[in-house]
Amino acid sequence: MSATTMEHTRRPGTEADQPIIELVGISKRFEKKLDFIGKLAQRLGAPVREEIVHAVDNVNLTIRHGEVVGLVGESGCGKSTLGRVVAGIMPPSDGQVLWRGRDIASLHGAEAKEAKLRAQMIFQDPMSSLNPRMKVQDIVGEAPQVHGMTTRSGFNDYVDEQLRRAGLDPALKKRYPHQFSGGQRQRIGIARALAVQPEFLVCDESVAALDVSIQAQILNLFMRLRSELNLTYLFISHDLSVVEHLSDRVVIMYLGRVVEQAPSEEIFARANHPYTVSLLSAVPRIEARKRAFTTVQGEIPSPLNPPPGCHFHPRCPHAMERCRVEVPALKEIAPGHLSACHLNG
Amino acid sequence: MAATLEVRNLQTHFFTRAGVVKAVDGVSFTVGRGKVMGLVGESGSGKTVTGFSIIGLVDAPGRVVGGEILFHGQNLAKLSEEEMRQLRGNRIAMIFQDPMMTLNPVLRVDTQMIETVLAHTKVSKEEARQRCRDALGMVGIPSPDERLKSYPHQFSGGMRQRVAIAIALLHRPELIIADEPTTALDVTIQGQILAEVQKLAANTGTSLIWITHDLSVVAGLADDLAVMYAGKVVEDGPVSEVLDKPMHPYTHGLIGSVPSRNRRGEPLRQIPGMTPSLLKLPPGCAFHSRCDRATPECTAPVELLELIPGRHARCIHPHLEEVAA
Repeated sequence: MSATTMEHTRRPGTEADQPIIELVGISKRFEKKLDFIGKLAQRLGAPVREEIVHAVDNVNLTIRHGEVVGLVGESGCGKSTLGRVVAGIMPPSDGQVLWRGRDIASLHGAEAKEAKLRAQMIFQDPMSSLNPRMKVQDIVGEAPQVHGMTTRSGFNDYVDEQLRRAGLDPALKKRYPHQFSGGQRQRIGIARALAVQPEFLVCDESVAALDVSIQAQILNLFMRLRSELNLTYLFISHDLSVVEHLSDRVVIMYLGRVVEQAPSEEIFARANHPYTVSLLSAVPRIEARKRAFTTVQGEIPSPLNPPPGCHFHPRCPHAMERCRVEVPALKEIAPGHLSACHLNG
Repeated sequence: MAATLEVRNLQTHFFTRAGVVKAVDGVSFTVGRGKVMGLVGESGSGKTVTGFSIIGLVDAPGRVVGGEILFHGQNLAKLSEEEMRQLRGNRIAMIFQDPMMTLNPVLRVDTQMIETVLAHTKVSKEEARQRCRDALGMVGIPSPDERLKSYPHQFSGGMRQRVAIAIALLHRPELIIADEPTTALDVTIQGQILAEVQKLAANTGTSLIWITHDLSVVAGLADDLAVMYAGKVVEDGPVSEVLDKPMHPYTHGLIGSVPSRNRRGEPLRQIPGMTPSLLKLPPGCAFHSRCDRATPECTAPVELLELIPGRHARCIHPHLEEVAA
């Protein structure tokens, strides 16, 4: 890569529809190997086995340049794991991650480093994702210095600019993370991610821990940065109202699988999958007064032992025999609207 | 009908080494019989301390230093610890955000529940068990007989919260204080809990104080709403009126910050700045430094005034034009 990597280059409009990241058949499994005692017990005939969690199960997803994709699901559905695979923090067990059409696993040396830098992640809890023993200027400035985006003499100016862009006073850069409020800490996390000039950000529940008024400030910051820096987002959240506000496209996950994806307006107006429908009806809305809360039956099954067929069938009001045996495929039911349900034929 | 609970100018202060923290400093509200009262505020606004003050759980260095908590006319702030213990868990119960605060991890659920029953009523152990079983069934726990024999860690988060609610319901209390009980739960599980609570409040005539930071939850659940900021109630009134026509600029800003109240993709109407430290509150209205309507007069103390019948606000520049419209 050449000098263009030294600054945020404005991409020409023709690139807007190009996929920036493609996931092809991504799966991520976590295995708990048997220890010595376990192996011994197994050999003696005890019913112990290796435990495998299919956190992400055969997910295909394309994110186009400049798009904001909202990834929604309840706890344990694999949305954070998928986010980490996309951000390159975690290797997938199966499948390929394509960065601008090229398989990340096939890249080497400078190219691999470059692709990794271009995708950054912002975490939920800014306290546990910031090193408490580092000053803010080092948290934000270390990576760009290592990667040659700033020099020792330009370090101060560079850090100041990053902090200012995230809405922080550069005069505070000599402080430690614990001296900041929750909202400010989240801004430090944002400044750190943007300091290496990424094109693509994975935000994993980045506003979930914040108060409503601070959440609004951070969401506004995300939207401003998006237009200023021409960023692409994968926005992971359990909060549908936040996702609805921010996203161009929404992806719904349930127990490791994508069950539905569609443009924002489409999914909130015409949700197709029974899980999406029940999720939308369970969300409390400020417009609703003294209403009866409708409920989905049952709980989310353990990902250690997911139900066969469609994962949602034990809780689904429309479940039929076929749902118990056959995994429904993600099929296009309207332009850009995909749903994985046997009801669609 | 007489109110179940009437809080008048409650003040709970914490005497710390760094100074006096006025966590609750002038909170007044009324909860009618069978009504759900939403107590809303951001972190540090004093909503939880208000709940703790009512049920008498404020620990040193904190102390209720002023005001009255009238429960059926009886001032709870003046009761002795022993008298308070007779009430707590019996006529007033509390549900916490984290159900593990209610549950003892090393005791089976039946042990803990039966203990709660026997603490306030003289019944045989078998009768007590029967009551526990009914309570678990009432909050929608399947096969309550077997579940009684489980330990808390064998329940999922949502089920644990149901057990905590069942324990709160054991003595059919007249008042339940619920402190963010669904915040840690998933959306579908939260929906289930809210539905159960709504049913119970309607069927048993129990009054509820629902403490939360989430306006959307109380919008669908509560009858009345009190909004807290920096230890004070800044606005109260019936839910739909407060949410549709907020008078206090803080309530106004808070509702404007909710994403669904804004057009998709457009900047949210945000409140600038952040909540002030309770150790050094600005004089007068604590919100004035963040308020777009503030004038020099705002540094003088403001009382909670009944601006229109049934609605109070603590502001000298309220949004009255929208209320009149």
